[in-house]
Amino acid sequence: MSKNGQAPKEKPKFAMYWAAACGGCEIAVLNIGEKILDVDANFDVVFWPVAMDAKYKDVEAMPDKSILLTLFNGGIRNEENEHMAKLLRQKSQILVAFGSCANEGCIPGLANLSSMQEVFNAAYESVSTENPQHIRPQFSYQVPEGMLTIPLFYPVLRTLDQVVDVDYFMPGCPPESHQIAAVIDLVIAVLHGEAELPPKGAVIGVGDSTVCEECQRARNIKKITKLVRIHEVAEVDPDLCLLEQGILCNGPATRSGCGARCPSVGAACIGCYGPAVGVVDYGARLMTAVASVIDSTEPDEIEAILDGIPDPAGTFYRFNLAHSLLHAARPAMEEVIG
Amino acid sequence: MNDQAEPKERIGVYVCHCGSNIAATVDVADVAVWAKERLGDEGVVITHDYKFMCSSLGQELIERDIKEEGLTRVVVAACSPHLHEKTFRTACARAGLNPYLCELVSIREQVSWVHSDRQAATEKAKAVVAGGVERVIHNEPLEPLHIPIHPATLVVGGGIAGIQAALELADSGHQVYLVEREPSIGGHMAQFDKTFPTMDCAACILTPKMVDAGGHPHIDLFTWSEVVRVDGFVGNFTVTIRQKPRYIDTDLCTGCGICWEKCPKRVIDDVYEAGLGYRKAVYTPFAQAVPKYPVIDPENCTYFINGKCRACEKFCPTDAIKFDQEEEFITVQVGNIILATGFDLFDARRVPQYGYGRLANVFTSLEFERLCNAAGPTNGQIVMRDGVTKPELVAVIHCVGSRDRNYNNYCSVICCMSSLKFAHLVKERTGARVYNFYIDMRTAFKDYDEFYQRVLEEGTIFVRGRVAEVTDAARLPSEDGKLIVQVEDTLAGRQRRIPVDMVILSAGLEPRHDAKAVAHQFGISCSANGWFIERHPKLDPVATMTEGIFIAGTVQGPKDIPASVSQGAAAAARVLGRINKGEIELEPVRATIDARHCSGCRICNGLCPFNAIIFHEDAMVSEINHALCQGCGTCVAACPAGAISGSSFSNEQIMSQIEGLLLFDRPVRSRHFSAV
Repeated sequence: MSKNGQAPKEKPKFAMYWAAACGGCEIAVLNIGEKILDVDANFDVVFWPVAMDAKYKDVEAMPDKSILLTLFNGGIRNEENEHMAKLLRQKSQILVAFGSCANEGCIPGLANLSSMQEVFNAAYESVSTENPQHIRPQFSYQVPEGMLTIPLFYPVLRTLDQVVDVDYFMPGCPPESHQIAAVIDLVIAVLHGEAELPPKGAVIGVGDSTVCEECQRARNIKKITKLVRIHEVAEVDPDLCLLEQGILCNGPATRSGCGARCPSVGAACIGCYGPAVGVVDYGARLMTAVASVIDSTEPDEIEAILDGIPDPAGTFYRFNLAHSLLHAARPAMEEVIG
Repeated sequence: MNDQAEPKERIGVYVCHCGSNIAATVDVADVAVWAKERLGDEGVVITHDYKFMCSSLGQELIERDIKEEGLTRVVVAACSPHLHEKTFRTACARAGLNPYLCELVSIREQVSWVHSDRQAATEKAKAVVAGGVERVIHNEPLEPLHIPIHPATLVVGGGIAGIQAALELADSGHQVYLVEREPSIGGHMAQFDKTFPTMDCAACILTPKMVDAGGHPHIDLFTWSEVVRVDGFVGNFTVTIRQKPRYIDTDLCTGCGICWEKCPKRVIDDVYEAGLGYRKAVYTPFAQAVPKYPVIDPENCTYFINGKCRACEKFCPTDAIKFDQEEEFITVQVGNIILATGFDLFDARRVPQYGYGRLANVFTSLEFERLCNAAGPTNGQIVMRDGVTKPELVAVIHCVGSRDRNYNNYCSVICCMSSLKFAHLVKERTGARVYNFYIDMRTAFKDYDEFYQRVLEEGTIFVRGRVAEVTDAARLPSEDGKLIVQVEDTLAGRQRRIPVDMVILSAGLEPRHDAKAVAHQFGISCSANGWFIERHPKLDPVATMTEGIFIAGTVQGPKDIPASVSQGAAAAARVLGRINKGEIELEPVRATIDARHCSGCRICNGLCPFNAIIFHEDAMVSEINHALCQGCGTCVAACPAGAISGSSFSNEQIMSQIEGLLLFDRPVRSRHFSAV
């Protein structure tokens, strides 16, 4: 139902697609509650694999630019992802990189630290995997009936904007439901001529600053003398900045918009909302910030404090690696270059 | 970036030959032609290569093009911005272009001087030029900042360099605060007996200057004091000085000396007497100390240790002893700071094969200075460690801790001359036979080599070779009871063992043990060795890269007394120039916080070396005070939200420059950075 109770005659078309993603973004969309009915009232949902049956060939048959709004989540990990990204770009007027994977690569993007072989080893040969015949995926396989193929797996994961032109970016792992609802409200308002779309390339469903702005914890001049994991702290002060308690919190570098949900319940921000306005490399930003407030001038002591970060790449680049300046580590890049 | 847009700037590119400095390695004409062709889409409308861009003709070329071709940006590919950035910016300003729209890129220091392959160097020069062009597009017109100069000056270190600097400034009528860590000014020079090559009595020439400084109406002397905090910037530093308690009321004390006469506690004097003599627990380091007031050393004073004694208090005729005195913190405002904190003597124990600390009659140069000194522990008698025996055979070893890969690679400059002085003094006072063991004899400067000739004529024996060891293990009866100097005599081409009674080690000069901390406190840099780095090794030896901070004397590197005095005076002259001008023009490179994007995380709050960042508790945002900001960029790098930008170093400028550098030979339109 639209706000003025009048549905347009021919409803604009809506699509949502998942590429290399966990499915959380889809859940987040459904999690907006009754607002989903507004989507249905205002849009004709033409393609949404998690919610309705549709074939790729149906999309291929649609006229170009016939879909008004496509929310695309997931990174570009294989040939199929790339095909769908390009296809939906061609068919959509507004393409939104939806959620951390499509924006920055997210957790799947961390595989860019490893070669394709290492990725397969982890998937098919780990201690917890039962695979006595050492079976690996074959991208094409001859059977009596003909050649079977599965989509080619790429050496590195790319973000949506590294593959196609993207109109808007909506970060979050997943985006917060209230932000999704707000964006949907905005698009509907635009449809009714009550609002204007933000400029192309804008990051939407976010605040202007970083998570600290939304965080209620008290803050002081930072001097870090130790870095610990949260379970190593006997008693976390509920009112004091986590970073000041030695718990590495990504809040200072992470775009606001989530409402500081993690720090407000005593868990450090892990950075799912991505970089702040204008920041090119999230991890580098956060690293220089943390390094700047290490309170020591003794190399050995600094080293010892930094040893408190068990997994630096996974901490500073947990969500952002595929979109960082580095993009991928050497083993993976070598496979790309050949 | 709109691909179809016309370039919005009109850029001129000027490639300098620098005589053959650049042109011998880089095909400068090719770079100029290439820039015109390939960077035309970026807005390059005119390019020139020229023999000397810094000449007035070269500068006029730029000025003419700005006026006639309507250039809006200028890139000069020449030497380092350190040298001629100002030249070309000034040329642009003369032609009416904002000087900060001119970018100097280095194809000399960074290209021609470091490469030999002409083709590769030319390619690199093109990349550097492309980087400069991409960057200059994003440069913004800026106005220089004018900062008033506070006329007072802080001088840190009361050795001869610091005293000289303080006197020069004070004599011209300006206020000086002279801070000295020890109880008296005078520094190392006060410990010497004679000074080479004239053999002037050190005290006779130094103490008048000390007295002058001590009583000067424009000098506030803070001895037994240290600088603990430096805030602010050139023109307006706020300096906090910690004055350690002397436990003496200097308003009452007359320096009569009854307290140290009556003090029952004798303490080995490791500092002034180099461990050879004693002082009391209440003491002045030496008779001519300035100021005349003693200090009580609480670590050794019986009253401080067990609460009894108070002999000094009992006998003081003016009731000047104040056991309850506490340290004081004094804050002063100054416009400039001169650091003259001197050197530490190399610790000869670090060369175990020379036996210092193990073999009684091995002395350091400083110990020997004290032995010679008429006011020293032996009243000027050159005797062995037993305090009575005059040596008959004396060895002086040069270069201890210097010119040695195990310790310091550098030459300590003064040791050859002081070793010659030792030889002369030994001869003069004991008639002993003296051997000097040297690697090379370095007696440059006025009258120095004449002194060497004189010592040669006096019969001192010079052995060229680095001493392998000093030992008391005799191999021959003639070596019994002697110290044996084992050395390869490189002129004679054989090993020698020379028995002597006494060995003097000419220890080298080292940076102060806390030099790095001091450099950090004042915001300047140390070399790898620890000497403070001057702005330019030849042309600007007493300035530093930090505006308003000057250096003088051995803090900058080993040097003798005349050179230290010259530097003290030179630093004072630099400061006086500033004071007379009344203000300084600074580059308007400043950081700014975009309040919309600031989350108030406070990461930056404690980082600013100039304390320019204020945190607004009410709005929960940080702000930068532009009067204090020096544009160092620390906060810009640290801001996790990217909310701080530095003018002249915006992300756009830096990223564009990197792109230009890396992608200079790619099609232009594939370049533009899109990841914002």
